[in-house]
Amino acid sequence: MTTPSLTALFLRFSLFSLMAVGGATALIPEMHRQVVDLHGWMSTADFTALFAIAQAAPGPNVIFVSLIGWKLAGIPGALVCTLGMCLPAAVLAFAVGRIWDRFQHSPWRKAIERGLAPLTIGLVLGSGCLLARATSTHWQLGLVAAASAGLSFRSSQNPLWWLTGAALLGALGLLA
Amino acid sequence: MRPTHSELFLGFFKIGLSGFGGVLPHARRLLVDDRRWLTDRQFTELLGLGQTLPGPNVLNMAVVIGARGHGWRGSVLAGLGLMAAPLVIVLTLASLYGRFAHSARLAQVLAGVAAAAAGLVLATGGRLATKLDRDVGSLLMVLTSFLAVFWLRLPLLGMLVVLAPVSIGLGWHSLRRERLAGQDGERP
Repeated sequence: MTTPSLTALFLRFSLFSLMAVGGATALIPEMHRQVVDLHGWMSTADFTALFAIAQAAPGPNVIFVSLIGWKLAGIPGALVCTLGMCLPAAVLAFAVGRIWDRFQHSPWRKAIERGLAPLTIGLVLGSGCLLARATSTHWQLGLVAAASAGLSFRSSQNPLWWLTGAALLGALGLLA
Repeated sequence: MRPTHSELFLGFFKIGLSGFGGVLPHARRLLVDDRRWLTDRQFTELLGLGQTLPGPNVLNMAVVIGARGHGWRGSVLAGLGLMAAPLVIVLTLASLYGRFAHSARLAQVLAGVAAAAAGLVLATGGRLATKLDRDVGSLLMVLTSFLAVFWLRLPLLGMLVVLAPVSIGLGWHSLRRERLAGQDGERP
């Protein structure tokens, strides 16, 4: 396994930034494809452990990207990947933010919004299924994933409860 | 109401620390209810922008809100405010994890959290799906993009280059149909 250089990481994540239609969560299958399947920079188990840590910390979903960078190249890797993931999108948002209001009633803006929404949903569901399959290594864990999906779909309780509950089950040794 | 530089940074600093598994609901509470930097309508408008443009949704919003008061400096402050604390916390957690990774019990805790978090992502997708227009085109696009990344594991870039224009075209078409239906009133 060869680890990528910081420049290569920055460029790769800059491209991710512009592909992240629907945010960082929608990008999970592509990141998994590249860092696990294609380049073998980490195992699926590493990938899901990092995902769990990102979810257990407060903050926007994009911090998962920071952890991927951390795993690949330490703190510099984390900073470079985060910057790569944020910068191109931020520059685009800055530019578009100035003219967005002007196109409020433009049929094109509405068509783009409406057209991208189903793609985002497909990508997020793809992320969810990929993660559920990768994390459900025992039937107990499959049950946890299903219960958490059902509970958070039906109730508007803070999802932190379900994460804490799952952590407790693990701490009690019930998930192996 | 227009925030000062430090209010901007601190506001997004607070948003960054507020939520687990995404901070959007908390962003609304702080920006609209608490600080009144945005009206509800403005928030929805900006959310549309944040979600339509590629990249982290909340960061996109932070950049635009920052820019409205203070140009690019405002964007940088809001973005840094949002990312600073979560970045420090998550890297601290990661290095702790690196130190205790050999513990079987910790591995179990983390496996539980990962499975539950996977469930949260599924629920997010499900909730988004319930808000979608129920026409054949949209459902087809959901299914195609899902299968492309989950089952076929196709590269995202190629998938977007092909599917985004198709999906936007379908969106355009369905908007046009709605407009025509609106002009004609109720049709049998």
